[in-house]
Amino acid sequence: MSSVMAKYMTIQKRKFKHGWKVAKQSRICYLFLLPYALLFTLFTVAPVCMSIYYSFTYYNVLEPARFIGLTNYINLILADDVFLISVKNTFLLAAITGPIGYIMSFLFAWFINELPRLLRAIMVLIFYAPTISGQVYMVWALLFSGDSYGYVNAWLMQFGIIDEPVLWLTDVKYMMGVIIIVVLWMSLGNGFLSFVAGLQGIDESQFEAGYVDGIKNRWQELWYITLPNMKPMLLFGAVMAITQSFGVADVTMVLCGFPSTDYAAETVVSHLIDYGQYRFDMGYASAIATVLFVVMILCNKAVHALLRKVGT
Amino acid sequence: MKKNMKKNRRKLLRKRKPNRSIGGDIGIYILLILFGAFFALPLVYSICTAFKPLDEIYIFPPKFYVKNPTMDNFADLFNIMGQSFVPFSRYIFNSVFMTAAGTFGNVIFCSMGAYVLSKYNFPGGKAFFAMVQTALMFSVYVTQIPNYLIMTKLGWIDTYLSIIIPAFATPMGLFLMKQFMEGIPDALIEAAKIDGAKEGRIFVRIVMPMVKPAWLTLIIFSVIAIWNNRAATFIYSEELKTLPYALQQLILGGVSRAGVGAAVTLFMMIVPIAIFLMCEGNVIETMASSGIKD
Repeated sequence: MSSVMAKYMTIQKRKFKHGWKVAKQSRICYLFLLPYALLFTLFTVAPVCMSIYYSFTYYNVLEPARFIGLTNYINLILADDVFLISVKNTFLLAAITGPIGYIMSFLFAWFINELPRLLRAIMVLIFYAPTISGQVYMVWALLFSGDSYGYVNAWLMQFGIIDEPVLWLTDVKYMMGVIIIVVLWMSLGNGFLSFVAGLQGIDESQFEAGYVDGIKNRWQELWYITLPNMKPMLLFGAVMAITQSFGVADVTMVLCGFPSTDYAAETVVSHLIDYGQYRFDMGYASAIATVLFVVMILCNKAVHALLRKVGT
Repeated sequence: MKKNMKKNRRKLLRKRKPNRSIGGDIGIYILLILFGAFFALPLVYSICTAFKPLDEIYIFPPKFYVKNPTMDNFADLFNIMGQSFVPFSRYIFNSVFMTAAGTFGNVIFCSMGAYVLSKYNFPGGKAFFAMVQTALMFSVYVTQIPNYLIMTKLGWIDTYLSIIIPAFATPMGLFLMKQFMEGIPDALIEAAKIDGAKEGRIFVRIVMPMVKPAWLTLIIFSVIAIWNNRAATFIYSEELKTLPYALQQLILGGVSRAGVGAAVTLFMMIVPIAIFLMCEGNVIETMASSGIKD
């Protein structure tokens, strides 16, 4: 037994020595990475680790955190009805706006790429503009306003489709529909822009080779040439789509009010903001964030597996 | 004139790729126009509103377009700005300075990290990148308190540093740069090494010019993020506050300030849109002229 142990130890030692040697050889790599790594650790990794620790404590920001084990998680699952509503809403939003937003981002970037240059720049601006100003989505509150001053109501009444104004943003029936439209309107964001830049970089000679090899239409070209070339950007866009669609909160809070009628538009992140910034229960908020974190990582893994199949 | 148009049309036709169907092209144009209208509508609305006199803002039934455009809202805005305790030029300076410094550092730090992560195989590199990607998934709302504690420890509360330095190392920036650098052929870097170029030189002379669309895109992301940052958590002193914060205070005046509010929304978009047009124009330009050959 001990000889096995000893052998294992020597192997490990050798592995470590080899690793150390390689690491020493790539000193320049660490030097390049060092500035980023330092700041990333300090301002991203450390806060995330602290938050995960807080999720096991009672922490009201004023007093020091008190360790309470899994209590936050148990309360979250067993005692918090609003959390269940928020999970349902977030999943609904993620399942609809995530994939649709992602596909829309790519398709529009691809369509725009065929336009003449000036037109292309204008179209990119129009589609990206909702992201440029962090606040413009507030105009939807005016468009969907619940009284007859709201544009949508006014138009629908003018055409005689409805008789009295619909409470778009306070009626439980319509809220989520409006939110989905607004989120989709904002979904041509960072992923979209990276697609535009990525499409510009594909080597023209590959397309020319494609014509010679008998690529018949634009869809074949898309699947066999464009998509395989775009894989790194597709991955980036997918992660952006996941973070955007799971992270919806500002839109619901501004449009439907906070809290919304019967919490019908509560999302996981707005629930988290409720506890973190209004009820001063950082421990509980951190537990919500950690659960969301795990779900998003799993979703990310699944999407990666799917993207590996592209262009094969 | 007519002849010119004909010539242009012929040029356009020649530019079409050989395997594109006309029907498909028309379909795409229709789709782009329809969706473009849907995406542009709220923006057109906010631009119109900024030029509406107050009675048109509250007219019934509501009108989308402005009838008697006026600069009153902007005049009011600049008027209120002039009365502020701290001169508004100071807020503008704060925002411009933080945005410029933060964006510059962000592009440099992320590109350097992304370069070695994408083009070299060294122990810990893959694990580090996986960590960066995972970090994007954690909600920023709960990390605010820990971040505040860290800032306090560093003594950076109420300084420019608290906004600028964290902006240098964004997970998204590194992720974006790394994805684009993966497309650079390894052979090119090998060849440069054989010619005796050191890593630093390869990075500046070969890698960065080749991923120009990527860092131009990163500049857009970074400018938008920092410019819209209200920075109310870390900064207390009135003379260090940012433009979005100061402008937000202005429009809290209620109904009578609705027009000014619309003007503010438009005013805040000037810088991001200018930067966007500059960068995006270049993204589209650069690659059309220079083909990367493997």
